[in-house]
Amino acid sequence: MAEKIQKFFLPTLAVVVFLMIWQYAASHYTPDLFPGPRDVFLAILELIKVGRLWKDITISLTRFSIAYSLAVTCAIPLGLFLGRCRPCHRAIDPVVQLLRPISPIAWFPLAVLWFGIGNTPAIFIIFMAAFFPMLLATISAVRSIPAINYKVANNFGAKPALVFLGIIIPAAFPGIMTGLHIALGTAWIHLVAGEMLGADSGLGYLIIDARNFLRTDQIMAGMLLVGILGLLLNKLITAGEQFINKKWGINAQQ
Amino acid sequence: MVNGRTPKIRLLNAGKSFHTSSEAAHVALAAGNLDIYEGEFVCLVGPSGCGKSTVINLMAGFEQPTEGSVMIDGKPVLKPDPDRIMIFQDYGLFPWKTALDNILFGLKCRGISKAEAKKRALAALSGVGLSAWAQRHPHELSGGMKQRVALARALAVEPSVLFMDEPFAALDAFTRLHLQDELLELRKKRKITIIFVTHDLDEAVYLGERIVLMAPNPGRFENNITIDLPYPRDRTDKHFDRYRKELFEAFDLVHKEAGRIRKEAEGIQEEGSGI
Ligand SMILES: Nc1ncnc2c1ncn2[C@@H]1O[C@H](COP(=O)(O)OP(=O)(O)OP(=O)(O)O)[C@@H](O)[C@H]1O
Ligand SMILES: [Mg+2]
Repeated sequence: MAEKIQKFFLPTLAVVVFLMIWQYAASHYTPDLFPGPRDVFLAILELIKVGRLWKDITISLTRFSIAYSLAVTCAIPLGLFLGRCRPCHRAIDPVVQLLRPISPIAWFPLAVLWFGIGNTPAIFIIFMAAFFPMLLATISAVRSIPAINYKVANNFGAKPALVFLGIIIPAAFPGIMTGLHIALGTAWIHLVAGEMLGADSGLGYLIIDARNFLRTDQIMAGMLLVGILGLLLNKLITAGEQFINKKWGINAQQ
Repeated sequence: MVNGRTPKIRLLNAGKSFHTSSEAAHVALAAGNLDIYEGEFVCLVGPSGCGKSTVINLMAGFEQPTEGSVMIDGKPVLKPDPDRIMIFQDYGLFPWKTALDNILFGLKCRGISKAEAKKRALAALSGVGLSAWAQRHPHELSGGMKQRVALARALAVEPSVLFMDEPFAALDAFTRLHLQDELLELRKKRKITIIFVTHDLDEAVYLGERIVLMAPNPGRFENNITIDLPYPRDRTDKHFDRYRKELFEAFDLVHKEAGRIRKEAEGIQEEGSGI
């Protein structure tokens, strides 16, 4: 019972309180300046009616999936390699540390110069946002594999391929999963930025377009949708992470 | 040489120093000789830091001696070998694999066919009384069960030597006694050579045919005590008590000596800091 209250009732209550505060704050301004929840809800309905909402969501999710999977498929193998090869990691680390603090948004002028307006600059920026956290998480996952695992494999005479596929990959998997989680978050945040700056479709563009027409209700509708989709993606990956941790016997902190 | 046999494992003037970054080399094991015979059950005991793990790691091939050599079956030990399996205090099981898969891993490394491996893994599990737990992951097993799985994994590849570095030290007293008996029981079937590190003197007298007592600063072999008692041994037996007393007295000497050396070293340091 107490568990149920904690899991469903309290979060629902928090959402209701949030909506009330929003409504209260909005009531001090005209809807053009600060729309309330009702205005935003109506704006979402309108977006659905004109057939724009699904199109923008699909485009955003497609761009996101492409960029995120591209970043992951580049970062994981590189991270596995650098995690195992200490001299290589030592050599490359300064470059990584130099590039990492540069905000993906700072790449935008170059991205537009190189790729023009459209899908590619947005994908590029999401890629940059996901790549570094994924890379660093993979490296640290490999490096924190307990030495005893290698000792045992070595003792039984495991071949290098078996050590890689049978020890390194599964032992690093929970850490890689954490990386996927973190990268998903940063990538999603930069999706909007990427689309605001260099695209003519998608949720980010929806927000910019609404600003151009001074449709504050649509701006907030776009923001809310970005938040909701981010939340759903996060739920999805958390479920995956918990499944892995359970299987690996890691006590996940809820 | 005992009974004219040649030793299975020989440490020939073998020593190990670690070169820590700060100062001079640290001698973990002063050059020394030790012979272990085929099928022998040898317990290594000694105060903490006297080099027990160093010795067993040298014999298992995880470390190389900085002087002298370690020979097994007449050949120098250059790297670990599946014919000689190490059992660790913290089990060394792969947490993402079930008990059965952990055992299968060792057999897979040996290139044994799937069907044959499965048969042997299940037999090994039943040998340690864990048939019902084949599909459980290590985190679902108690410490004693985990060590049984590790033991089954080792025995499944039929090694001729088992190295055990304080294998039961993390277990509660009851489980420890159980596992001691199980280990002796398993050894009846196949007489493998066992080198067993422990800091529990009772355990050493209960298990070992011979006890090698080590002393610290620098780590070295101090004393050999042969326990000439048949298995299974009776802890309340008067002969058992006699060996126990002998070992405790020998250990006490080593222990006091270690304490004296440590005090001296501290005394020197105090004087040094006083100036
Ligand atoms: N990798 C290493 N680098 C530096 N010094 C080491 C290393 N391994 C062991 N030593 C040192 O060598 C000495 C012997 O260590 P060892 O682990 O063999 O002792 P031990 O008898 O197994 O002790 P314990 O009963 O605490 O397990 C210790 O002084 C230890 O600090
Ligand atoms: Mg030790």
